[in-house]
Amino acid sequence: MNGKVIKFSGFKIKQANVSIYATIILFTILFAIGSVSYDNFFTPQVFANLFIDNAYLIVVAVGETFAILTGGIDLSVGAMIAFVSMISADLLRKGVNPILVIGFVLLVGITFGTVQGFLIQKFKLHPWIVTLAGMFFARGSSYLISINSITIENPTFTNISSLRIPIGGGSHISVNVVVSLIVVGVAMYILKYTKFGRTIYAIGGNENSAMLMGLPVAKTKILVYTFSGFCSSLGGLLFTIYTLSGYGLHCNGMEMDAIAACVIGGVLLTGGIGSAIGPMFGVLTTGVIQSLIMFQGTLNSWWTKIAVGMLLFIFIALQRIIVIRNEKRKTVISESKVSS
Amino acid sequence: MDKTKYENIFSKIYSMAIFWPLMCLITIILINFIINPGFLKIEMKDGHLFGSLIDILNRAAPLILISLGMTIVIAVQGIDISVGSVIAISACVSATVIVSNGPVILAIGAGLFAGLLCGMWNGFLVAYIGVQPMVGTLILYIVGRGIAQLITDGKILTFTNKSFIFLGTGYLLIPIPVYIAIVVILIMYFIIRKTSLGLFIEAIGVNREASRFSGINARKVIFSLYAICGLLAGLAGLIICSNIKSADANNAGQWLELDAILSVVIGGTSMSGGRFYLGGTVVGALFIQSLTTTIYSIGVPPEVTLVVKALVVITVVLIQSPIFRKMLNTSSITRNYKIKKVAKL
Amino acid sequence: MSDSNIVLDMKGICKTFPGVIALSAVDFQLKKGEIHTLMGENGAGKSTLIKVLTGVYQIDDGKIILDGKEIRITSTGAAQKHGISTVYQEVNLCSNLTVAENIYIGREPMKRGAIDWDTINKNAKKLLEDRLNLRIDVKKLLSSYSVAIQQLVAIARAVDISRGILILDEPTSSLDSNEVKELFKAMRKLKDEGMSIVFVTHFLDQVYQISDRITVLRNGKFIGTYEAAKLSRMDLISKMVGKELNNIESISKKSRETSFKLIEGNFVKTLKLGKRGTIEPFDIDIKQGEILGFAGLLGSGRTETAKVIFGIDKSDHGTINIRGKEYSYIYPLKAIQEGFGFCPEDRKVEGIIGELSIRENIILALQSSMGIFKYLPMKKQQEISEKYVQLLKIVTPSIERRIDNLSGGNQQKVILARWLATNPQLLILDEPTRGIDVGAKSEIMKLVMKLASGGMTIIFISSELQEMVRCCDRVLILRDRVIIRELIGEEIQESAIMKTIADGGISYGQN
Repeated sequence: MNGKVIKFSGFKIKQANVSIYATIILFTILFAIGSVSYDNFFTPQVFANLFIDNAYLIVVAVGETFAILTGGIDLSVGAMIAFVSMISADLLRKGVNPILVIGFVLLVGITFGTVQGFLIQKFKLHPWIVTLAGMFFARGSSYLISINSITIENPTFTNISSLRIPIGGGSHISVNVVVSLIVVGVAMYILKYTKFGRTIYAIGGNENSAMLMGLPVAKTKILVYTFSGFCSSLGGLLFTIYTLSGYGLHCNGMEMDAIAACVIGGVLLTGGIGSAIGPMFGVLTTGVIQSLIMFQGTLNSWWTKIAVGMLLFIFIALQRIIVIRNEKRKTVISESKVSS
Repeated sequence: MDKTKYENIFSKIYSMAIFWPLMCLITIILINFIINPGFLKIEMKDGHLFGSLIDILNRAAPLILISLGMTIVIAVQGIDISVGSVIAISACVSATVIVSNGPVILAIGAGLFAGLLCGMWNGFLVAYIGVQPMVGTLILYIVGRGIAQLITDGKILTFTNKSFIFLGTGYLLIPIPVYIAIVVILIMYFIIRKTSLGLFIEAIGVNREASRFSGINARKVIFSLYAICGLLAGLAGLIICSNIKSADANNAGQWLELDAILSVVIGGTSMSGGRFYLGGTVVGALFIQSLTTTIYSIGVPPEVTLVVKALVVITVVLIQSPIFRKMLNTSSITRNYKIKKVAKL
Repeated sequence: MSDSNIVLDMKGICKTFPGVIALSAVDFQLKKGEIHTLMGENGAGKSTLIKVLTGVYQIDDGKIILDGKEIRITSTGAAQKHGISTVYQEVNLCSNLTVAENIYIGREPMKRGAIDWDTINKNAKKLLEDRLNLRIDVKKLLSSYSVAIQQLVAIARAVDISRGILILDEPTSSLDSNEVKELFKAMRKLKDEGMSIVFVTHFLDQVYQISDRITVLRNGKFIGTYEAAKLSRMDLISKMVGKELNNIESISKKSRETSFKLIEGNFVKTLKLGKRGTIEPFDIDIKQGEILGFAGLLGSGRTETAKVIFGIDKSDHGTINIRGKEYSYIYPLKAIQEGFGFCPEDRKVEGIIGELSIRENIILALQSSMGIFKYLPMKKQQEISEKYVQLLKIVTPSIERRIDNLSGGNQQKVILARWLATNPQLLILDEPTRGIDVGAKSEIMKLVMKLASGGMTIIFISSELQEMVRCCDRVLILRDRVIIRELIGEEIQESAIMKTIADGGISYGQN
């Protein structure tokens, strides 16, 4: 299994890769601005903190990517995190074994995602209305467990939460970060080296063609939502470990942050184009914007939302321009290299 | 022979689009009545009418406004998820004017204008740039509250200007917001059903290409619909902020976009566009509001409404799905029922 | 040629849909290593036969014998399993994937549990070079190549999956002449290697360039299979259209009764109006009050020409001059306001607004020309709708009924009513009698003549040559997206039209 190792020899400057590089460059520029403007910004720990604080979001964004690649969307992810945090906190305080809790919670995510995928595929319902209802359902269910927040005191969880893994240079990362990086690696492998992954791209490119080519379209469309459900529950676990609390209001509106991270990370909202690593950089980008604002000190945190929104607009407009140009290309006959 | 005549009257009533939403509304009012007989009581106090029913009408007013806007946007196969954020923007804009001792007229105008501008922005993205509606309105959804915070400088503004507060809390026998809602409903009805706009909207929603052949400029129409939706959200924002005498950029209008979509869907308009029902939407909005009240009065935490709303949405879109209906049709139960019906005719 | 050469033998194929017999006892034989073209006009059954072979439809009766064994093709997957591969008119590949991936997706070679990209890229390159003489970078996205190349990639995939039978369904529709040459080169190479190709097209020249044998269908029936070299163009067209040249009577063209004088001078004039890839720049001078016909085979560009005149397709070349005003392009609303009307051929997509009522469908164009604020009062709407329901004898219990509840023919009448309601000065009718029963057909034709004698200018597009001959003052003949000839008055005869199409307008006048 190749995991995180990226075979650079296999990549050329393809369209998808261009946008990843664009995101990385954007991120680098922002980080550089921070380093120049503020003391203590240009430290490995600040960089590592980006991962520590946003590990859960990275995992969720990866799951979201799978759904968006097929031309769909998953709006239930934020609510799922809250739901997962509530279930874990509640079960833990009732004394259930933490390993069982983790397993159960992941199972909930998988089931939830599969049900959504089934409704979307079988009855041809719009993904965003089904996952919107899913969002209502999950959030409401978290409140059903308890309206107030529940603090987690279970030793396993608290230990994992406080574990610091040194990575040299005097900085450290958390368990969450490792998990998130593994998820990104696994996702990259799936998308590049498995038939499931390639079918996802085919569906996003042209679902009708995919069907005519004999690909398992129905199965795949359901499975992407299963995967997204799994990622949101895993992300929920990471978030729960990070905050050590269960609360129905957790991650209110966070699905939009995940989607924004995907768009900034080069995932085309109409489907078919994108990667697993792009959204990771998208999350880092929004994270660094937040750090910049925090370091600045005087600006309120809502400036983050405006900056993210503006970035989102620019990327969406760019995506649209690319799509329009590609469509114009179809009617103009370009040069071909046909041998005689 | 009489039986068939009887059946014909019934089938005519069944097929009226407003029948089912009305049934839902009546059901929930009945439930409330059973739980609390005082529910239907309306009494006169200090020259105003009071009662649970009046309360529902009052609270539903802003929801009715944005739901009407949402209806026409959905009718052309679009959606506007930014209405909640637009409410926040409009509330903060007008509150800022009030707090700086500006005239009430200016506050109202500014709030409405802010909403209109937001709507035009959405319309521009969707109709002219061609961005998917979900995606295009996503931008304002994210940024809107940030902009609202910017306007109020991060603070929650409160005010006591009596004339402005009258808008949201005043009474003229019945609460002012109810009047506003009624006026807007009438105006919407006139612009849409008494001009050819309604026809164009439905034509575009059903078959955009054929509409183009018939000379309809779909882009202009769609743009104006989003603008109207924004304007209505602006008005709703005014009512809400005047009602709670404050403007909170974070919480104003939160979750309302989802309630609006729900109202539209329950009201009978299909998510895939085409025929739309303003009346159905109004009934749908009243239903959502009553649902909230019911759950509250049962003593269940209000957050449970979210779960109920989720189930309602899924049920309604399933019923609207032709594949689901086909499944129901082929199940033996309904087949037997149909055979009997045909035999009777 | 011996019988053992027959790779595919279809005998007595029947296929019926509700209300329509698509195929009636059709035979079709495909020999090994031949290019066999399937031809027929609209409603001939070409596409149904193809869909039966590719597994989209199942036959009601008949036998399909593949390599001597009888088979049943129950689905698209089954067709592929039998080794029958198809390339459709729209390139059914995914443009966001690479060329190599498009060829191998769904059947990727694996190495140690992961997709083996090296092998995919290598094999794709080899496949394209060896079998299609195509040398391109297979690692680039499909979207970076022209439609012609994409088509070749689709063919490569089909060839690789196929076990001897390849169906090409209208592959040349979006190709220019050079690209068609390259495609044919590739096809000949495949043929030499033993591939049996079923080729569907409506471009006459191409048929003769590439085919070994030609099978003609007409109205769902099998007319015959002929050696291409031994079948003249005239004979081919006769068989497709159903008229033997010698049997066509000359219809004496009485001068049409008109209650006014044909006005000379500027009405509508196009100057090199065209749209790249759709229709070659054309000059037409439309005289007010005339009935102008556009004749030609399916796909010759008649509808496209009309669409550019009406503004549905925006022209990128030339100008159109309407009563002295010059435009470089127009759009539908402008056209309607200038008095144009367009009754389209594809009523499902371009005509009916399914969920709306008959009344709403009828008044739609009229209303849009009046704008949003001048709303036709309900009474007037009903008046207008009832008037046309009666005039066109539209069968419906009420004008409030949804239009998609009507039969096809009645739907067509409603669309016609929509345009008549705008009182146009120039009415374009694109196949107005298609899908309408015989009785209704003559009603409509009579109505058209009446309108014309009242002063309406009509552009009449029809594949029924007799109709055209009877009512047109002038006929423009199109072939392969170009206007090739004009016939006026007495010159308009079925034989003349058919000959022109066959010869490309060159030898007309020699007989």
